[in-house]
Amino acid sequence: MADRKVKKDKKNISIVCFSGEFDKLIAAFTIATGAAATNRQVTIFFTFWGLNALKKNQGRVAMGKSVLARAFNFLMGGFKNMPLSRLNFLGASPRLMTGMMKQHNVATLPELVEAAHALGVRIVACEMAMHILEIEREDLIDEVQDVVGVATFLNDSEDAHIIFI
Amino acid sequence: MKHFLDITHETCPMTFVKVKLMLAKLGKGEQLEVLLNDGEPLENVPRSCEEQGYKVLSVEPRDGGQHMVLVEK
Repeated sequence: MADRKVKKDKKNISIVCFSGEFDKLIAAFTIATGAAATNRQVTIFFTFWGLNALKKNQGRVAMGKSVLARAFNFLMGGFKNMPLSRLNFLGASPRLMTGMMKQHNVATLPELVEAAHALGVRIVACEMAMHILEIEREDLIDEVQDVVGVATFLNDSEDAHIIFI
Repeated sequence: MKHFLDITHETCPMTFVKVKLMLAKLGKGEQLEVLLNDGEPLENVPRSCEEQGYKVLSVEPRDGGQHMVLVEK
């Protein structure tokens, strides 16, 4: 096994999850879990549409105070309403895709999310996007470790690869 | 104590994920036998274990392109 290269100082991985679409979330969580399982520190910074994946209530709920925020949050919905970025077929595709993933022994999105939490992937939420959408900390899942701004995120990611999804 | 994990039906990234989570549960000195396919899992699972400071004691080929990797925590 002498030819196996062992790398000790690996770069951290910071993923900006801007999208709230099912397939893009799969990409984000696949990279995150793969990186964490191969010994890298991983942070996912959820902003804008990405925040939908972190809402405690996974269905469609009007949250916020203003009419617009309530409308946006209701229409976007949560983890269970995320559309496929292409060929969504009125919301049927995520279910179809999940069936195909199971058929091919590929981890489903909820399984990837669970693995990410178990592996200690750091989950942070964007303060600014939460302000705009009037989402409070208590509206988000407990696994969210911090609510941060872009400066904190960049400081924390100084020695990391930053991936934008 | 020797534990066993079959990841031949798993695909990326759950191959590494399952091994990592399983090893995290073991105590120091305990061993884990991992049955895996060649290609990506064979390439990366033993390496990933060594990076965490675990000992890869053996990698033995099995039928059908599978390999048995023995890791000691």
